Formats: sequence, structure tokens, C-alpha cells
Amino acid sequence: MKIWGKAGYGVTGGALAILFLFPLLWSGYASVRTGSGFGLENYDRLFTSDNGIRLHHVVNSFTVSALTVGGTLIVSTLGGYAFGRFRFPGRDALFLITLAILMVPYATILIALYVLLGWLGLQDSLIGLSLVLTMFQLPFSLFMMRNSFEAVPRELEESAQVDGCNSFSTLLRIMLPAVRPGLITVGLFAFLASWNEFFAPLILLNSTDKFTTTLAVVNMRTAGHGSIDYAALEAGVVFMAVPCLLLFAFMQRSYVRGFASGALKG
Amino acid sequence: MTMQRPAPAADAAATTPPPRRASRARRRSLVGAAYAAPTAVMVGLFFVTPLLLVVWMSLHKWPLLGQPTFNVPDNYTGIGDNQLGGSAVWFTVKYTVIMTVLLFSLALGLALLVQNRRRGVGFLRTAFFLPMAVGFASASLLFLGLLSDEIGPVSDGLRAIGLVDGYVSWTSGSGTSALGSTVVLVLWRFAGFNMLIMLTGLQAIPLEVYEAARIDGASRWQTFRRITLPLMRPTIALVLTMMITGSILAFDQFWILTRGGPDNSTTSLVMVIYREAFIRLDLGSAAALSVVLLAVLVVVNVVQLGVLRRRSH
Repeated sequence: MKIWGKAGYGVTGGALAILFLFPLLWSGYASVRTGSGFGLENYDRLFTSDNGIRLHHVVNSFTVSALTVGGTLIVSTLGGYAFGRFRFPGRDALFLITLAILMVPYATILIALYVLLGWLGLQDSLIGLSLVLTMFQLPFSLFMMRNSFEAVPRELEESAQVDGCNSFSTLLRIMLPAVRPGLITVGLFAFLASWNEFFAPLILLNSTDKFTTTLAVVNMRTAGHGSIDYAALEAGVVFMAVPCLLLFAFMQRSYVRGFASGALKG
Repeated sequence: MTMQRPAPAADAAATTPPPRRASRARRRSLVGAAYAAPTAVMVGLFFVTPLLLVVWMSLHKWPLLGQPTFNVPDNYTGIGDNQLGGSAVWFTVKYTVIMTVLLFSLALGLALLVQNRRRGVGFLRTAFFLPMAVGFASASLLFLGLLSDEIGPVSDGLRAIGLVDGYVSWTSGSGTSALGSTVVLVLWRFAGFNMLIMLTGLQAIPLEVYEAARIDGASRWQTFRRITLPLMRPTIALVLTMMITGSILAFDQFWILTRGGPDNSTTSLVMVIYREAFIRLDLGSAAALSVVLLAVLVVVNVVQLGVLRRRSH
């Protein structure tokens, strides 16, 4: 009975694991399979065909991700420090409004953001897109950083202040090293979210030379008249997924822990 | 009148801490506000303003180019006449119910499967969670190829075992198969994420409670129904809220995998909003649809929060 239970567990778990891993393995396989065997022809078409992706799309994606990660880290570090360590007028109201972003799905305000960015002269711009993506990252990041700052022992900060540090140099020299795990998680999430985002760039970017990689790869499906080049598309999927899988492999711990704590913020 | 003015100040000085400490606290509160300023600017500019703007836009005829004109309540009454809108509402509701039931069952099943430490559990958790590392748009494209008749192995495999014959178009053949393809994609991509959240809920239940139930002679099923489920309520409510909200807002998977077809049978509400705004170039009626959707989601969230609060007391 016990042995059957063990075997049954192994078989069920194994079969499910295969089902979950199969699409990932298959896309890797499909991306290198060619008519005659294996090779990189699909990747070649991904980067050279008429509506394929170009270097500037990849640069755009990295630009947007870098700006979003930078913006998120700066705003949520300063904000997290403020909410974790200071009392000031409007503190609770601001925190509640930030958390309310979670309740108001961004799909419903993107139309207004499109008009607003037009007024600010930031329509069809990577900076405008990055600002919007930074805002969407804020509720999670701010929550994460506030908790990180609250967990730092007060004595650490006080001794720095006795030594003559003002609050900003305390933040830079004493607090930042102490909240490093939080910073890594926040940065990781901001990178993955902005690298993979589809709906916001679809609405906020108009010209094809501003497209991010995600948008350009999806465009291969939607812009292609007639038949779709599925093999090149799978090459695009692998190209998009590799940075994420590498980050995931290196930082699985903070990724998973971050998801768990992010999910339980409700 | 002028005599009274100094009085409160003197009063305050008498009751509050000495002036030096008071001014230090004031300074500290200003410093705190300064650190919070970037957050306030971001939230004010890119959240509060668009939130008010979308309501304002919904009261206007707002073309993509040109001057907006006040036209209340045309955008709202127009929603009823929008035929695609009507079918999209029903489709979105149907999709939300199907998706939530299946995703919840699968995620809970996986969480129960990997909740105990034993050999290979770490591998299983990673395998179930790994699809989450692929972006949702990329995952949709992955499935487009996987399910295609040209390079995908699914049709070939099913033909080999005799379940289907001939050409099968999973993502555009019929409304049912297009919906089914999308459901499988979302299950694959999100089951592991929800499993992980439920796992943290499961592991928060103290082992002593299970011990006590075992001593009382409770069966596995009884333990699950009487202990696990009730103690998991906050987690379950949270997971259900996220699933429902996510499904109501479905866009990427339909835009990329099924393109809303065949014959608009998989056109979701957010796709209709996109169409109104950027294909029919009528931002006002897109805004009206957004406001209605927003109201529905706020109600869903408030109800869920209420249930969550009442039950955890």
C-alpha cells in the first residue's frame, strides 16, 4: 500500500512535470529544426526577414527595461524608506492610493494614459512607456521596500546618526546594504515585467522603429499576410525567453520568495 | 479678537514637548515627505490623473484626432447598441467562469501534490513554476506554433493515436477549440504561480492541527474539508480574486492566439475597448466601456475583501 502510494506519486508527478516542461523543450527544438536537420536558419530568418526583428528592437527592449528597473528602484527605495521610517502628513493616504493601483487594472486606464502622454509630449516614446511601466511596478515594489526597511534594526540607523550621518547618507551607506535582498527582488520583477510587457507598448508605441522585441515578434504573426513563419516565431519565443530563464535560474530564491510575499500583500 | 491669537500658541507650548524636540519632529516629518515625493508624483501623475481623465473622457465624443465635445450620456447608451460588445460580455463571463474553476482546481491539486517534503519535490515545484518565467505574450506565441498544424506536434500526436483525422485548426477552427486552446495555454502558464501561493497558505497551517485530527480518527477527506479548506480561506479568496480579475481583463492570449476569432467568438471585453479606441478611433466610447469595467472590478474586489474579512474573524 505504502509502496504503491510512492509509485503512484512518482508516476503522477512525473507525468505532470513532463506535460509542463514539454512546451518549453518543444519550442527550443522547433527553433533549431530545419527542413533537412538542425541549424540556425530559423534564427536567421527571425533577424533578417521583412517583418522580422531588428537590433534596434532589442535595444529598445533593453532601454525600456533599464529605465523601468532604474525608475522602480529609485522611487521605491526612497518611498519605502519614507514609509518604513518616517511619519509625515498624508502618509497613510498615499500608501492606500498606491495599493489601490492593484485594484484598478491598468487595461482600463491605458486609454487615458495614451491621451495624457500625448499632452506631456511623451506619446510614442520609450521614456513615456518606461514611466507607465514604473508606475505599474510601484504597489508591489513599494510594499516590498517598506517591509525591507521596517525589518532593519533601529540601532543600526541610530548609531550611524550618532556618528554624524544625516538621513540621506544613512540611507546610502547603512540602509541600502541592509535591504539588498529586497532591492534584488524588486529589480528582478521590474525587469521581467517590462521585458515581457505586451499590452502597454501595443497601445503607447506607434512607430515600428520604437517597437520593443515583444511587439516586433507578435507583429510577425499579425502583420504577416498569408502564411505565418511558425519556425521563426518559435525562434523569437526562445530569444525572448532566454534572458528570463537565465535570471530565473540564477535568482530562483528571490524570485519565488518575492512572488510569495507579493501575493500575500492583500 | 487680536488678543486671542497668542493664546493657542502658548497653550500648545505648554502641552507639547519642549520646542527643540518639536521642531526636530517637524523637520523629520518634512524629510520623510521629501523621500515620499517621487512616489506621490508618480502616483498622482500616472494613476490618479488618468483615473479621473478616463471618467472625463467617457462624457465626451473624443476622436483620436481633433477636438473633444461634450456628449453625455451618448457613450454610455451606445454600449447597449454595440453588438460586438454584448457578445464580448457574455464571452468574457463564460471564459472567466471556466478559467477560474479549472485553474483553481489544477493549482490546488498541484499544491497538495507537492506540499510535503520528499524526494523530487523541488524538481516538481520548479517544473510547474517554470512556465511563469516565460512572458505571457511569448507563451501565447509558443502555443500558436505548438498547436499549429504546420509545425506543431499536437495534431500529429492525436492523429497517430487515432483521436483526430485530417486537418485540425485548434486556434481558429471553431469557437470551442479556440477557447479550449486558450484555456490550456493559461492553465500551463499560471497553474504553477497559483500553486505557489496556495503552498504558502497550506504551509501556514500548524502541524498540530493535523495531528489532533489524526488522533481523533478523521479520514483524509474529512481532514481536507474540515481543516485544510477553512484554514486556507484567506489564501483561497486572494487566489480567486486574482483569477477572476485576470480573466475579466483577458487580452494577450486572445489577441495573439485566436485573434478574437473565429467570427469574433473569442473577442473579450478588453479587445472591444482596444477596437473602439484604435480601430474605430472613438476614445470616448472606449473610455465609457473602461469605466463600466472598472466599476464592475471594484465591486468584485470589494465583495471579495468583505467576504475575506468576515470569514477570517
